Amino acid sequence: MSASVATGRQTAQRRAPIRRRRRSPWAFVRDNIVWVAATLALIYLLLPNVIVVLFSFNKPNGRFNYTWQRFSLDAWKNPCGAPGMCKALGLSLKIGISATIVATILGTLLAFALGRYRFRGRSAVNLLIFLPMATPEVVMGSSLLTLFASRHVGLGFKTILVAHILFCLSYVVVTVKARIAGLDPRLEQAASDLYANEFQTFTRITLPLVAPGIAAGALLAFSLSFDDYIVTNFNASPSSTTFPMFVWGSAQRGTPVQINVIGTAMFVLAVTAVAIGQFVGRRRTR
Amino acid sequence: MAALAEPVAGRSKGARPSRRGRPSWLPPLFLMIPGAIWLGVFFVVPLVFLVSQSIQSGSVADGYKVTWHFANYTYAFQHFWHQFVRSLVYALLATIFSLLIGYPLAYAIALKAGRFKSILLVIVIAPFFTSFLLRTLAWQTILAGDGLVVRFFRSTHLIAVTNWLHLTNGDQLLSSPLAVVSGLTYNFLPFMVLPLFASLERLDPRLLEASGDLYARPIVAFRHVTLPLSLPGIVAGTLLTFIPAAGDFINAQLLGNTNTTMIGSVINSQFLTVLDYSGAAALSVALMATIVVLVALYVRKAGTEELV
Repeated sequence: MSASVATGRQTAQRRAPIRRRRRSPWAFVRDNIVWVAATLALIYLLLPNVIVVLFSFNKPNGRFNYTWQRFSLDAWKNPCGAPGMCKALGLSLKIGISATIVATILGTLLAFALGRYRFRGRSAVNLLIFLPMATPEVVMGSSLLTLFASRHVGLGFKTILVAHILFCLSYVVVTVKARIAGLDPRLEQAASDLYANEFQTFTRITLPLVAPGIAAGALLAFSLSFDDYIVTNFNASPSSTTFPMFVWGSAQRGTPVQINVIGTAMFVLAVTAVAIGQFVGRRRTR
Repeated sequence: MAALAEPVAGRSKGARPSRRGRPSWLPPLFLMIPGAIWLGVFFVVPLVFLVSQSIQSGSVADGYKVTWHFANYTYAFQHFWHQFVRSLVYALLATIFSLLIGYPLAYAIALKAGRFKSILLVIVIAPFFTSFLLRTLAWQTILAGDGLVVRFFRSTHLIAVTNWLHLTNGDQLLSSPLAVVSGLTYNFLPFMVLPLFASLERLDPRLLEASGDLYARPIVAFRHVTLPLSLPGIVAGTLLTFIPAAGDFINAQLLGNTNTTMIGSVINSQFLTVLDYSGAAALSVALMATIVVLVALYVRKAGTEELV
């Protein structure tokens, strides 16, 4: 009897294929396996960020901010309450901004050279740009340390800056180069057909079109620089503590809630910047 | 980063012919000089110094001299062989897991997300904007003590399985190889997803329609069309995950125990705490050389050379 019911349902379905079948949750998972896996991956990616934000509102009992106690705004009201943290944050911002400016300029020039011209040794330069990205951070940091130590260069702000510009540079080149490669050459040809000289073509057509790539490269450079611990640790002195170095130290001594406040604030700022960028980009294309 | 899978700008070939008889190599030379000098002086030269340091003998106090002291290498390997192999194994595991987790995500964003594509991409990149260290510390909270994850592992007896595989010890998850590998997987997952996305996004959907028209089941179409065409993305993504993971020590230090120490941690402490510059330099050079050889073999095997 159950069989006849089943066939009855099947014929009903055949007659009205538009009507949605009642499906078991298992069938839903099977049909949307890609989305289920993607959602799980996104949760995996975002869970730690949620924890960082959540624990910025915690009021821990001991020195370590690892278990949830109760809600509090104390750390947000007093973000510089952890001794030494705001100094470290200031240094990180200073290094991050300087490294971003220099790396973006050098990287954009390199990207134009590689994206626009064919010349002998081009693949060698490409390799020179790829290699720093393929070098583990410990190797890069330790090799710079041996250079500075053997030349008796004092470690501090300058050495950290040099290192940061180095590892940001390649990422800027790659990001900007991709944008240049994706440009429609006909736009520039049209400009020169309309009697624009090379300089006008560059400033009115090329640069505005490449600008989003440069902005993305700069944003990437800043986040890489602001976040770096391993390379920085090799090239810093005890008096030049960056924010990641402060966090590392506090992981051993006791984590103040304020580091989560800074993490949350940076996150919100960066996501806002990206959102504004998207919005502006969309309005300009309209 | 997504651009790693981008092809070399073949389109711009001859895009700007030299005008007014100006030699065509002059402008790119001027554009390249500052950046190339920076890379030369602060990347290539330090590597030469590192190699030279690794065959010197002496001490930080008395100074070092090049004595072709290759014993630094044998010393380093005798003492830190385990950490060396462990780093490569952990990095390999993290790369495999990243690929398994990252591929469906990149696929969904590139081919199924429609107008939500850019929002989902921002979500993938968003973790970058919170400090790497803070996020790794958050994993301590997630995996610690009596948290949800630990309870799930206990109630499903998964912990017995991981214990049997020596991935965990006792009934906790923190301070175990499992925690270190999952931390590495997490931290380098975006480096996998972005190149995969870049290569999947360029996939022509008409190819999939064509394979469907030729009666290929979706799984067959995936195996014969999507997967081969996304191979450049897979190669770029696995490299971008494996290389930093092999040298990383933050995860091993914050999520592991004394038996999960990785080679990066050894190099770091030999340089900065023990002050054995030559031994540490030897380890650094060995790590770099191993990675270069592995990458070269892998790229040749995978047959894609257009990585940059």
